[in-house]
Amino acid sequence: MSEPLLSISGLHAWYGESHVLHGVDLTVAQGEMVTLLGRNGAGRTTTLRAVLGLTGSRRGSVRVGGVETTGLAPHRIARLGIGYCPEERGIFSSLSTEENLLLPPPVGNDRAMSLDEIYLMFPNLKERAASPGTRLSGGEQQMLSVARILRTGARLLLLDEISEGLAPVIVQRLGEIILSLKQRGYTILLVEQNFRFAAPLADRFYIMEHGQIVEHFTQAQLSSKMGMLHEFLGV
Amino acid sequence: MNELMGIALPPLPAVLGQMTLGLVNGSFYALLSLGLAVIFGLLRVVNFAHGAFYMLGAFAAALALEHLGINYWLALLLAPLAVGALGVVLERLLLRHLYGLDPLYGLLLTFGISLVAEGALLQHFGSSGQTYPVPDALQGAVNLGYMIIPLYRLWVIAASLVVCLVTWFLIERTRLGATLRAATENARLVQAFGINVPLLVSATYGAGVALAALAGVLSAPVIQVSPLMGSSLVIVVFAVVVIGGMGSILGSVVSGLGLGMIEGLTKVIYPQASSIVVFLIMALVLIWRPTGLFGKS
Ligand SMILES: Nc1ncnc2c1ncn2[C@@H]1O[C@H](COP(=O)(O)OP(=O)(O)OP(=O)(O)O)[C@@H](O)[C@H]1O
Ligand SMILES: [Mg+2]
Repeated sequence: MSEPLLSISGLHAWYGESHVLHGVDLTVAQGEMVTLLGRNGAGRTTTLRAVLGLTGSRRGSVRVGGVETTGLAPHRIARLGIGYCPEERGIFSSLSTEENLLLPPPVGNDRAMSLDEIYLMFPNLKERAASPGTRLSGGEQQMLSVARILRTGARLLLLDEISEGLAPVIVQRLGEIILSLKQRGYTILLVEQNFRFAAPLADRFYIMEHGQIVEHFTQAQLSSKMGMLHEFLGV
Repeated sequence: MNELMGIALPPLPAVLGQMTLGLVNGSFYALLSLGLAVIFGLLRVVNFAHGAFYMLGAFAAALALEHLGINYWLALLLAPLAVGALGVVLERLLLRHLYGLDPLYGLLLTFGISLVAEGALLQHFGSSGQTYPVPDALQGAVNLGYMIIPLYRLWVIAASLVVCLVTWFLIERTRLGATLRAATENARLVQAFGINVPLLVSATYGAGVALAALAGVLSAPVIQVSPLMGSSLVIVVFAVVVIGGMGSILGSVVSGLGLGMIEGLTKVIYPQASSIVVFLIMALVLIWRPTGLFGKS
């Protein structure tokens, strides 16, 4: 079997003095869609940030496409082909919608979607191209935050709580978009709180608690794990 | 006619004349505060060395003419490049280590840099100024109708306006500018998109410093080139930046030009106040709008 596209092992991360990740092990294979679940404060956002080298300090190993990233600056890690959609969406208020969309530079040549394809998938963004990014509705901002990393040729998408705080119809639309990205061959690591959103999409699931992975199973094992999920996540 | 409610009004040509001369000073304020604004926006560093870089620009031009025969036009290009490169080196070696700390440290460091630069040149050249000749093509004077103004001063206004406009265009209308604006808002995220933010930061500091040096070369033919020429100017420029709003590009240009003219106007109306009017306005602005006229809170 070839090496997974993302391979995290024994990952520790700190914010200043506070030790947040305590030895995380997680892999995402090429073309796979993996969901990282957990309670508030479990360390899921920190895991994504640590992959990109954005936490204060980190220890352990994070390999992207077989390349060890420890010691690399965040922009070098991103250029291994990562697209990051942060929890707070990260839309820039001094940039127009289109400038936000065009901001991320190419980081690879896999599956780069053209601007036309992106506008076809996100028609609202085309209509609002000239408005400041933060004038968009919450749902539109979330779409923008996902859309702008599809142009870059990134092969690995790190998506943090993209369904959070959005109306059900928009969550449904996002679900369709994620599925179509998966069909296009993107590799996705999705952090979610909304289990119902993530459950039908993912190939595999990881459950995180206190900065460690406590459980890990496949889509096929999902139904037998409902009791455990109930206990951990209250779903 | 020249009297309003018992107060003697100065004649109109005198008012217009002083305002025009004020616009020349305002051009320097605008160029200098523009560089400060760009640097503060991205680096969150109050670049106290700005006056020293302005002075170094003028000195570079003067020394290049004296020792290498490099003329004004070439100096206008080369001095900002050389001083900007020095800025990049200082950013890489020194300033870089202070990011994320209290902005006070950056201010102290750059203040120290300016003391070192001024001290070294004072030691070598003394405090008396050198004159720099007005280039041949800009000799002479122009009759504006209400005053006769040296052509060189008009050139200063025009050149500054063009530089400010080009800088504004680069920042507000280009891809590079969009990257700079985004990094000003959230540098970590921009870096997580694969953009080399540390390089962008160095280049931005260098560009801001180069603007100061450009102002220095422009000023060389109108003032005495001396080691301390930047130290008093920089205080006024900081007031201009505070009035315009820290980090605001448009604010720095508009308030630079505007305050230059207000200073000129004060010279005819109440000359005693002309050197403090900018600080008075700053105090009023701080009370009324602490983020400055164009600043965002
Ligand atoms: N910048 C920070 N500085 C210090 N501690 C932080 C910082 N960000 C997060 N933490 C702490 O790290 C722990 C993990 O946070 P993280 O954001 O990774 O959780 P999460 O699983 O994404 O949960 P949620 O998004 O629901 O808050 C929490 O205890 C949080 O308080
Ligand atoms: Mg989170």
